[in-house]
Amino acid sequence: MSSKSFVYVPPSEPVNNKNVKISQLCELCHARKAILKRPKNMQKVCKLCFFHVFETEIHNTIIDNNLFYRGERVAVGASGGKDSTVLAHMLKLLNERHDYGIDIVLLSVDEGIIGYRDDSLATVKRNQKQYGLPLEIVSFKELYNWTMDEIVACAGIRNSCTYCGVFRRQALDRGAEKLGINHVITGHNADDMAETVLMNILRGDVARLEKSTAIITKSKGSPIKRSKPFKYSYQKEIVLYAHYKKLDYFSTECTYAPEAFRGTAREFMKNLESVRPSCIIDIIHSGENLVLKKKDASQTKHGATGFVDGNRCEKCGYLSSNKKCKACILLEGLEANRATISIENDSSVDGAARVMRQLEHMSF
Amino acid sequence: MNELISKDIKRNKTRMVKIKVEFLGGLDVIFNKERVHNLNVPKEDPVTMADLLDFIVETMIANKKDVEVFLENGTVRPGIITLINDTDWELEGELEYVLEDGDIISFTSTLHGG
Repeated sequence: MSSKSFVYVPPSEPVNNKNVKISQLCELCHARKAILKRPKNMQKVCKLCFFHVFETEIHNTIIDNNLFYRGERVAVGASGGKDSTVLAHMLKLLNERHDYGIDIVLLSVDEGIIGYRDDSLATVKRNQKQYGLPLEIVSFKELYNWTMDEIVACAGIRNSCTYCGVFRRQALDRGAEKLGINHVITGHNADDMAETVLMNILRGDVARLEKSTAIITKSKGSPIKRSKPFKYSYQKEIVLYAHYKKLDYFSTECTYAPEAFRGTAREFMKNLESVRPSCIIDIIHSGENLVLKKKDASQTKHGATGFVDGNRCEKCGYLSSNKKCKACILLEGLEANRATISIENDSSVDGAARVMRQLEHMSF
Repeated sequence: MNELISKDIKRNKTRMVKIKVEFLGGLDVIFNKERVHNLNVPKEDPVTMADLLDFIVETMIANKKDVEVFLENGTVRPGIITLINDTDWELEGELEYVLEDGDIISFTSTLHGG
């Protein structure tokens, strides 16, 4: 079962056009049939009005928050998934429509997960052609000399998301640095943000809670800022937008198990959403307005949290709140456990996760 | 399977409703990795979306463990978008919608990473 080249097949165009009742009309144009009820305000809108309001809302988010300046070069974190595909499409469209004067580059991280990332990178490469945007790929292998498949073979499947998350975040920064770009844009949507707020509350992670709803984040001393123009965009609307616009995106679950806690939080959110769709935007609103009590001066003086912004890792020079950055600590642990004897051209760990998945599903 | 159904027609003189069902956004994994399925759903009375869900579960999901990926509490699982001729099924009466020949029903998962 080699990774067969994935060919994009657009969803079918409906052929049954029925008579439209007045009660089914779009609440904005009152002329066409409504095709969705917007989760944030329950408004019924037609396809064309949906495109218009959805695009305009994102434009407004960009303008209200001064996300870009004229002449800025930006890197879109592109995974080939629904969010980043819509993001690349949307930024190109809005940049042309509203003349932001920005230069857009696609930036992808190859974690080295055979049977998953190789297929999704093929999608990014098609997007590159479809949108006519330059693409840069940085890989875990070249940055850290480890692929995710090798990491999982060494450290086990349980912590895979921890390693992947830490390394990917750094890899995006390093990729941007390589391109001489100081602004990385990611496709995090309202659902992701609400989920993060919820998880920080459930974990009591007060330090992260206040920062988790910021649309632009920047560490002190870092030249690279990150922004999330989809902060207020519902996942459902992003997926519907991709569906109606027939955008070519990759949709397969990562071969490694998702982090159990995040998975549970996500399921909980989805269930809440089906009862009360506005809850996603409501959670973000709560997160934004949550102001935490100032810490005692005596506590902050001694750095009770141990968190110093703007430090650099003594090993690799990457920004770190501690002496060594998290990636270097993880790498040290990995190196200590790397097999000392290796077989030449050994490819047994490639796609290890996929094999594991298949084994899990086998039964007699 | 088509043969079986056509025998069934002769025997029971049941009629069929011809529709197209699509499993998108990664949901095809539980349907033999086939995204598009042309279906003939046997009908005696009007066939509703609820009947279609039963039909899908009974005849199309090979591994019964996968049913919970698709359904929850007797309806489509939250996080899966259901469209009837590209219209959100919320606006079409959900489970009570009566299928017609030529309808295109799509189920799109939003649950995987972005």
